[in-house]
Amino acid sequence: MTEPAAVPKNPKPKVAFYWCASCGGCEETVLDLDERVLDVVVAVNIVFWPVALDFKRHHVEALPDGSVLAAFVNGAVRTTEQQEMAHLLRKKAKVLVALGSCAQLGGIPGLANLSSREGILQSSYCESPSTVNPEKVFPQTLYKENGQSVSLPGLFETVRSLDQVVDVDYYLPGCPPTPKLLWDAVHVLLGSELPPKGTVLAPDRALCEECPRKDTRPEKLTLKEFKRPQDVLIDEETCMLAQGVVCLGPATRSGCEALCPQGNMPCTGCFGPTSRVRDYGAKALSAISSIIDSNDPEEIEKIVQTVPDPVGTFYRYSLPSSLLRRRKLAPAAKL
Amino acid sequence: MDARNGDRRIGVYVCHCGTNIAATVDVKAVAEYAAALPGVVVSREYKYMCSDPGQELIRQDIVEQKLNRVVVAACSPLLHEETFRGAVAKGGLNPFCFQMVNIREHDSWVHQDRQRATEKAIALVRAAIRRVALHKPLEKKRVSIHPDVLIVGGGIAGIHAALTLANAGKHVYLVEREPTIGGNMAKFDKTFPTLDCAACILTPKMTAVKKHPNITLWTLSEVTHVEGYVGNFEVAVTRKPRYINEELCVGCLECIEACVYKQAKVPDEFNLGLGKRRPIYISFPQAVPQIPVIDPETCIDFKSGRCKKTCIEACGDRHAVDLKQQPKQETIKVGAIILATGYQTFDARKVPDYGYGVYPNVYTAPEVERLINASGPTGGEVIMRDGRKPQSIGIIHCVGSRDENTNRWCSRVCCMYSLKLAHLLKERTGAEVYNFYIDMRAAGKAYEEFYHKLLEEGVHMIRSRVAEVTDWAMTPEEEGKLVMRAEDTLISFVRRVPVDMVVLSVGLVPHEDAQDVRRLFNISCSSEGWFLERHPKLAPVNTFTDGIFIAGACQAPKDIPDAVGQAGSAAAEAMVLIDTGYVEMEPNTAYILEEECSGCKTCIPLCPYSAITFLSDKKVAQINEVLCKGCGTCVAACPSGSIKQNLFEDEEILEEIQGVLANA
Amino acid sequence: MPEKELESPRAVQNGFEPKIVAFFCNWCTYLAADLAGTSRIKYAPNIRVIRTMCSGRVDPQFVLEAFARGADGVLIGGCHPGDCHYQEGNYKTLRRVLGEMGIEDERFRLEWISASEAERLKVAVNDMVEKVRALGPLRLEIKAEHFPEEVAA
Repeated sequence: MTEPAAVPKNPKPKVAFYWCASCGGCEETVLDLDERVLDVVVAVNIVFWPVALDFKRHHVEALPDGSVLAAFVNGAVRTTEQQEMAHLLRKKAKVLVALGSCAQLGGIPGLANLSSREGILQSSYCESPSTVNPEKVFPQTLYKENGQSVSLPGLFETVRSLDQVVDVDYYLPGCPPTPKLLWDAVHVLLGSELPPKGTVLAPDRALCEECPRKDTRPEKLTLKEFKRPQDVLIDEETCMLAQGVVCLGPATRSGCEALCPQGNMPCTGCFGPTSRVRDYGAKALSAISSIIDSNDPEEIEKIVQTVPDPVGTFYRYSLPSSLLRRRKLAPAAKL
Repeated sequence: MDARNGDRRIGVYVCHCGTNIAATVDVKAVAEYAAALPGVVVSREYKYMCSDPGQELIRQDIVEQKLNRVVVAACSPLLHEETFRGAVAKGGLNPFCFQMVNIREHDSWVHQDRQRATEKAIALVRAAIRRVALHKPLEKKRVSIHPDVLIVGGGIAGIHAALTLANAGKHVYLVEREPTIGGNMAKFDKTFPTLDCAACILTPKMTAVKKHPNITLWTLSEVTHVEGYVGNFEVAVTRKPRYINEELCVGCLECIEACVYKQAKVPDEFNLGLGKRRPIYISFPQAVPQIPVIDPETCIDFKSGRCKKTCIEACGDRHAVDLKQQPKQETIKVGAIILATGYQTFDARKVPDYGYGVYPNVYTAPEVERLINASGPTGGEVIMRDGRKPQSIGIIHCVGSRDENTNRWCSRVCCMYSLKLAHLLKERTGAEVYNFYIDMRAAGKAYEEFYHKLLEEGVHMIRSRVAEVTDWAMTPEEEGKLVMRAEDTLISFVRRVPVDMVVLSVGLVPHEDAQDVRRLFNISCSSEGWFLERHPKLAPVNTFTDGIFIAGACQAPKDIPDAVGQAGSAAAEAMVLIDTGYVEMEPNTAYILEEECSGCKTCIPLCPYSAITFLSDKKVAQINEVLCKGCGTCVAACPSGSIKQNLFEDEEILEEIQGVLANA
Repeated sequence: MPEKELESPRAVQNGFEPKIVAFFCNWCTYLAADLAGTSRIKYAPNIRVIRTMCSGRVDPQFVLEAFARGADGVLIGGCHPGDCHYQEGNYKTLRRVLGEMGIEDERFRLEWISASEAERLKVAVNDMVEKVRALGPLRLEIKAEHFPEEVAA
């Protein structure tokens, strides 16, 4: 009988990163930890990180189930490959963290739910002004030639958030989450007391709480019109809403230290809702339309029109996680 | 949360209501359906749930089956919610662990298809069962009532309410902004239809107010701030100086006689500018209190500091004249407030076609009241501004009423007072009197008979809307006259009626500052500007703000009998509050989760009852539980979900929505 | 005019009965519905009434939840108690959002019905039922009751 292989004392916890339908900003956040990323690298063993390391899918498949302490997955799920990877990482990880707005709520890619797969393919490959595609060549999932074949992941009709595909343990909100938030989250996850499953790892109050402009919002604020940031010179100290600029701070979770208002831009809602709200866009809409100053239905209509693109404004990051999820498809389309 | 019904033991009762429900809804099927739902321990149908045996069923089941939630499907909760809550309480269960389903007014009585009606009942009952599982025990809150009452406005309505309450042993503050009480009625000569002298019937009541030990009368005073809630109002009143010490004055009025102004020079407000007064004056001979007022705008001593002050001399050793008097701030605590602030009349200059303010002999009806009044500027003689006595008089009804261009409403009293003035003017002057009317509204007791009597007196009634009053004469007869051009609709002919004097029957309008006053007291106004009653038919003296009542013309144009009727009614409502001693609040109030509030201030301006304030130290919002009426507007609006409402929690309503739509 | 029976030929043809969730405020529209009951005024049985104290309580989330759970239409019945005008702005904005999500205007309706207006209630309900019936079932692709089944993990 041979001796069992010596098990190394206190092996470093394994950590994985993956990106689905994403812009790469969440990977940047890891790098934005600056020199602290070295502390992370020292404390953990990164076993998968497509943007930075050369591990392949089969390396992940080879790991025992549940052997990865934490998998951080960013991006929304809109292709078959992303769905497969989500399931795979769920299997291999003890704790699955939805990193960023796209994974938590569906994110900007989620706005594709206003269209359809057919519509997106048409506009991207045919109709957009900079496309020249007279033969109407479209991507396909399988292409065979000379006895060989290549495949592409399939594109779903509907963009989904991560928890609409797999069970998610924690959420790190933001587009992207701030380095500070990520740093705090890593410490929490490496610590001994894990928060309840489903916790969003950020404060549970709205942004106004930590916004430096908070005191300048009057108690009775009413407006006759809303302005877009490009249309006005925004004063650097006054509450955005008080200046008529649509700011979703009141409906958005805090934790980002109000970076956008500090950069003289209004909050667009990337941290999503507090835990007490089910549909973010509905509350964002409430926060804005409650400021309208008029009793006349016609005038109210005019003021409401000064917010162009309401879905884009109120559901910019959260359409897939909303109650309606997506625009109703035309009857002919299939799911 | 299918564990929602984990430890819930729900009792469901479906009422037949005789055949009212059972004839259309298959109550047995509903009860059977409910019995199979998670958490339902007992499900019954019964002929009359609201009856004693029906209620006993509930009580018994709670005890024997250890129920912790109850649903009753029957009539409207507005009818019997309290009844069943009482039955639940008798069983030892918190009355708010109960939900009522309306399958009568909203189902069996409005639908005919039995299958569809039963489906609907099932859906509503299913929703209620899911909702009630989330109900939490709640307590009704009791607030005590301060026994004093504030009445704002000392006209006939305010006076009557004050006397009624005072006679019932309640302490009343009567606050009036003019130097005397009496209001508009004190300015009338006679009242319709009896032609009683207004002062003769009013002054005894005014004197009674002055003498009553339970009434604190503050004239020349105004309410400046109101805080608090039903039973516990804190009111700030500013008492403006009359420069006469009320305690020391005996009402001899010698100071007025002695004033250095030998001739009265100041336009007299009480006589609507038709007469003159001195800087020291009393509004009218029977004014209450019988204490003069000094007008600092016109008194020489105030303007230049140099006057012989003969008034002080005349007062002698009573020393009542106090030129150094300062405004006094009073703060009082009361349990109920009655607003009886009355009306003002329509500004006739807004109808330029009638020439008011242009032609000196065009008068408004209130001005004519002063002319014919014996204590008026002309001693009761009808003498026009140009010194002449009129031999022909035209009275135009509906000036500023029933008109899209001015006010849409009918001011209710003008036809009657126009007839009264027609009678009095004819009697006094013997002139030809023409009444130009649209409809003759004589709806009160003995009013139609009065109108009839007038018809026999030779007053000319012309059914028309006067187009204009002009002094452009087209014939020699019209020279020097005011010509009234009107289409007489009964003969379809446009007439030109030359008269010496025109009387405009101006309508009643809300006071100019009605909006400011209503904001002060946190009540609403209707779209026309009158104070808003809680219900036009069944609650005309209550407002939507508990503890504040309205009476008289400030609520809507009305005559003296109705004003007095409403005043008594408002006094009774106030007495109900005070004699009960406490008021119970339905526990459906909203509350802020202070830990979760971000201080975004979205909710603050939304409350129709001004119940939400912003705490500047903690930087969070706060709801005054007693002011909160449970409308839930702030709950829906809170963008971070940090406000909740008892009995109407988000989760409860969401379960109800899911319940009505669930297919199984 | 005699009361008409409320079966429209089309409904009998297609068999589609719209499901409409109605939020009625306690002091006004709910009372009007009660009055319709006591007056035995008949109207279409397609609405399911959820009572709130005031139409202001109707959170946009409730409207969305109703659609997500299978409602073909949502009706809000309210009144104007003095200063409660913020509902109008909410309603108009929500309508635009629903429009962009492919939910037709006629499916979401706000009616100001005071306590005495039982006849008006009947007309509004019947009209809405007809209009939604003509539009057909909403049939959202992903219904809220299926949300929990999604996660295959």
